[in-house]
Amino acid sequence: MKARFALRASTPWWRGPLLIGIAGLVTILISSIIIRWAGGAPIPAARYIFISPLQSRFGFTEALLSATPLVFTGAAVAIAFRAGYWNIGAEGQLLAGTIGATWVGINAESLPRFVGVPLILLSGMLFGALWALSPALLRTRLGIDEVVTTLLLNPVALLIITGLLNGPWRNTETGFPDSDVIADSTKLWIIWPDTRVHFGLAVGVVIIGLCWWFVGKMSGGLKLRAVGLAPNASRIAGLPVERTLLTTALVSGGIAGLGGASEIAGVAHQLTTGISNNFGYTGVIVATLAALSFIGALFVALMFGVITVGSFSASRALEIPTTIGQVLQAVLLLTVVSALVIQKYQVIWTTNKSKNRE
Amino acid sequence: MIDVTQEIIGSSLRIATPLALAALGELVTEKSGVLNLGIEGIMYGSAFVGIATAAQTGSLSTGLLAALVTGALAGLIFAFITVTLGVNQHVAGLGLTLLMISFCNTANRIIFTSDGGQVRVDPWQPFNFGGPIFSQYWMTYATFLIAVPFTWWLLWRSGLGLKIRAVGENPEAADVAGIGVAKTRYTAIIIGSLLMAAGGAFITLAFVGTFTINIINGRGWVALALVIFGRWKIGRLLAGAALFSMVNAGQLQLRLLPSFSDVPFELLLALPFLAVIIGLAISGRNVSYPGAYLKPYKRL
Amino acid sequence: MNSVEGVAIASGGGAPSIFLRDITKAYGETLALNNVSLDLRAGEVHALLGENGAGKTTLMKILYGLTQPDSGQIKADGVVLQINSPRDARAAGIGMVTQHFSLVKNMTVVENIALADAKTFSIDLGGVRGAIVASSARYGLDVPPDAIISKLPIALQQRAEILKALMSGCSYLILDEPTAVLGPQDIDSLLEVIRRLRSDAGIGIVLISHKMAEIEKVADRVSVLRRGQVVSSSLANGITSKELVTLMVGQPSSPVAPRKRTPSEGQDAILVLESVAVNTETGGLSNVNFEVRPGEILGIAGVSGNGQTELVNILSGTLGIDSGTISVEGTQLGENTPQSLMRAGVGILGEDRHASAVHGLKVVENLVLDCLESFTNKLQLDRKKMDSHCESAITEFEIKATANQAFGTLSGGNMQKVLLARLFSRKPKVAIISQPTRGLDVTATKYVRSLIGQACSDGTAVLLVSEDLDEILELADRIAVMYRGSVIGIVDHSQASRESVGELMAGIAK
Repeated sequence: MKARFALRASTPWWRGPLLIGIAGLVTILISSIIIRWAGGAPIPAARYIFISPLQSRFGFTEALLSATPLVFTGAAVAIAFRAGYWNIGAEGQLLAGTIGATWVGINAESLPRFVGVPLILLSGMLFGALWALSPALLRTRLGIDEVVTTLLLNPVALLIITGLLNGPWRNTETGFPDSDVIADSTKLWIIWPDTRVHFGLAVGVVIIGLCWWFVGKMSGGLKLRAVGLAPNASRIAGLPVERTLLTTALVSGGIAGLGGASEIAGVAHQLTTGISNNFGYTGVIVATLAALSFIGALFVALMFGVITVGSFSASRALEIPTTIGQVLQAVLLLTVVSALVIQKYQVIWTTNKSKNRE
Repeated sequence: MIDVTQEIIGSSLRIATPLALAALGELVTEKSGVLNLGIEGIMYGSAFVGIATAAQTGSLSTGLLAALVTGALAGLIFAFITVTLGVNQHVAGLGLTLLMISFCNTANRIIFTSDGGQVRVDPWQPFNFGGPIFSQYWMTYATFLIAVPFTWWLLWRSGLGLKIRAVGENPEAADVAGIGVAKTRYTAIIIGSLLMAAGGAFITLAFVGTFTINIINGRGWVALALVIFGRWKIGRLLAGAALFSMVNAGQLQLRLLPSFSDVPFELLLALPFLAVIIGLAISGRNVSYPGAYLKPYKRL
Repeated sequence: MNSVEGVAIASGGGAPSIFLRDITKAYGETLALNNVSLDLRAGEVHALLGENGAGKTTLMKILYGLTQPDSGQIKADGVVLQINSPRDARAAGIGMVTQHFSLVKNMTVVENIALADAKTFSIDLGGVRGAIVASSARYGLDVPPDAIISKLPIALQQRAEILKALMSGCSYLILDEPTAVLGPQDIDSLLEVIRRLRSDAGIGIVLISHKMAEIEKVADRVSVLRRGQVVSSSLANGITSKELVTLMVGQPSSPVAPRKRTPSEGQDAILVLESVAVNTETGGLSNVNFEVRPGEILGIAGVSGNGQTELVNILSGTLGIDSGTISVEGTQLGENTPQSLMRAGVGILGEDRHASAVHGLKVVENLVLDCLESFTNKLQLDRKKMDSHCESAITEFEIKATANQAFGTLSGGNMQKVLLARLFSRKPKVAIISQPTRGLDVTATKYVRSLIGQACSDGTAVLLVSEDLDEILELADRIAVMYRGSVIGIVDHSQASRESVGELMAGIAK
């Protein structure tokens, strides 16, 4: 008996959600095993991780705070992947954004706030786009695969930050390798009083809206989608494939950089080597789970924010590690992505004697 | 001066060991047409499992074995998801890396550090045959004297290697010749992840003797870059590894010299990554990726 | 017992005959093979003739285990053969040389041949090398064993492929369009090899080919496939190229009503190609000259593989020319890119409707993909304008689809209609149309042809590239026949007939 995969002629509407549901269950199962091993009980843990953040204002707003950078990186990755540009460098582009933001922040003493804030955000965006430039050029001019080039620039960005923090940007007061606190004029407003939810979230939501608008309604968005779906057919139809890829890459880097600026200006207020908790890579997860849709990315980012905060409560209450949330996210990614592929195929069993029949 | 050079060479060999192992592993994998972005995660996972097992059992060899098993398992999962299911290789690889890293950090917290401790073992000591160049860990000797020739033989002299290269270049031709494309890719991926696991285990069991968050620190990505920089040939791959390692080893010495103490060593550490990118740019157009790179193969 | 069988037995063709019976295979809604039966005999060259899409390659894929039939059997010696993979086929004594060789380009000949039997650890490259030398001598196929495939000329690559099949001990050898990639001398050598294999080694050869001249020279038996069915299978003695073309192309199913043609009086040609030449791996074009006038349909006829694809690629902007000029309305085109061609007023309907449109996008979006600027208002898509444009296109071109349907879900005929709508709504000066009715049913075919006729009544100059001779005869004002990469002759429709065009297609120039 042998099993063979064959493409289904058509996929009934319920197969997708069913398989994603199964993926979710598998995730919960695996996570439960780990939680048990960590000494906690799965059901209370699940309650802490998924429900408790939604039950208090503090939990909910902290979830929003955690979700903020993921909104940016999710959007950045989604727009790149939609165009068929495999930008794995959102992490580095976000870090480049933090560099740009910090540079403005620590040098911008005497500016009014309505100048300082746009300036710091703009700087982050520009640095992010710049960081995305060379891999994009290598791809469009020389045809060099962007996966490796964007990926390799991630550690380089972190090294630059480390170098700056050990050197010229070392904290002038404490002498520790973190930067000075940024000027008040560049700090983002808090948009939910008495919480840490900051203006960056609003910017992120606006970015999501803009991406959604652009890709859905703009002529350039249609070009982007066409190039991502069928670059050869697009070329024959006269679309500027290389130029579209380059522009998308820069926009993607800019959005990630903006996310970095949002972190600096909105919550961290200074640059440290730990400024990014894998935001760029998680952005890939967010975008993939959202099936590259922008509104979806917003919701997945929020969900991940809840999971992150929930993991902290679970960890405090049940004494399980906080990293359990990240494990959950990674397992969810692998299971969902497998489910999405499985739904297109069916298994055909063949015996050695009979001819293959479906 | 000669002493310093010898020091540098000696350190380079040590630093290059995990890089070479992981790069060789990725080379075998990519030769079959598959890109394994899980390399960083596999190194991380095997580093952790290796030292955790060694700490619990008191035997470094058992630890190494456990690390290899971890690598093989991770490779198997990755092969299933990408070869059998045909999931996008970038996403699957990154997902695997993130999973391994977060899982090991979680496990580390549960087992070792919940009370503020840290897993520690007595790492392997180098065998001293005289002078800084020849006092290396056994795994270093094994890497350059056994693993490198073995990989060369595997890919370019053995029947399996012939199949791997055929499958990576032209899977249709291999299929028509009766070679199981999927089976060959599974084999290449698992062999690859075993080598990567060895690289990861070296770091905790020999080099450092303990496990900290971020212990791999991007070396998996460097190994990935070395494969491409080496244009999928062992010679150039090793040259790249040597370059990276010597820069790494050299920067410690360089910092002692007055004129260099201002140059941030991070810049020097970043050089290899940049060198690879520049190398790609220069030879880019003529880079002959294995023909079937990244394309899943299904005979429908 | 007729003479051919006698010949087979006399030459020691001890291998049993292979009988394919009632083979049927469908891909989705298309019936690729419809109850096909075929006899293969040892020591006989059996030529399989048929147009693109007739089913020859599918049939051979089934014989070689690359795919399975939906029903039907393959028998030899009274036993049903289970051929589920190329390995099974080779075990049954069947070898195949595919059209685009199954060779790993950056490995040597020895490595490629060793691949089939490679064990895990040791490979005896030396032994394989020795076997290659021996086989080369035995079959008269000299190949340098240690040469890297990509560095060998195509003829030698093919020899390596043939050697590979022979060395696995086959008694039947399938050759799929072997002469398509060869020059005249190499073709003669190959035909000689085929004769030797048949007569000296008693190997049964299945020769899939378009080239009538070669078939005449070597075939013992000829079977013609058309639209998935065997329309004739007989001994090859005395059959002429013209008869073969007729069998391949068939009689028109219903009397062809030629369209009303208005002679284009003295108007200047709008598209002119002069001395266009390009060199490609598969041959290319040499010295192509023709012109098309407004309101005229110039048909490009010819057996497929004689340069039509290259011509279409040049005029769509995906293949650059090495020499020669292309002029539109008197202005020479600098570089033939998709943009420059479009700007000059040249529109295209490619031969592969799947590669010409973005399947994931909607019908309404695909319709405007090549002229987005006209539907963009301050960077934003003018959805209303797109929708109304789409509605009128759907009505005008009788497209059975809704505007928001995903293009990939359309039937072949409707996909074609969308692409035609896209082409003609722009009112191009020149329309390049390639294989417009391939794979379409009768109604859709009639409709598409009437559309083309309509377009040129509106003044468009049409270049119609088609392997369907009926289509060309029905629509074209003049017919240019392509043979081996150049235009072998141009016939006016008044003098065009199946015979006259068929001769040109077979390479018989007057």
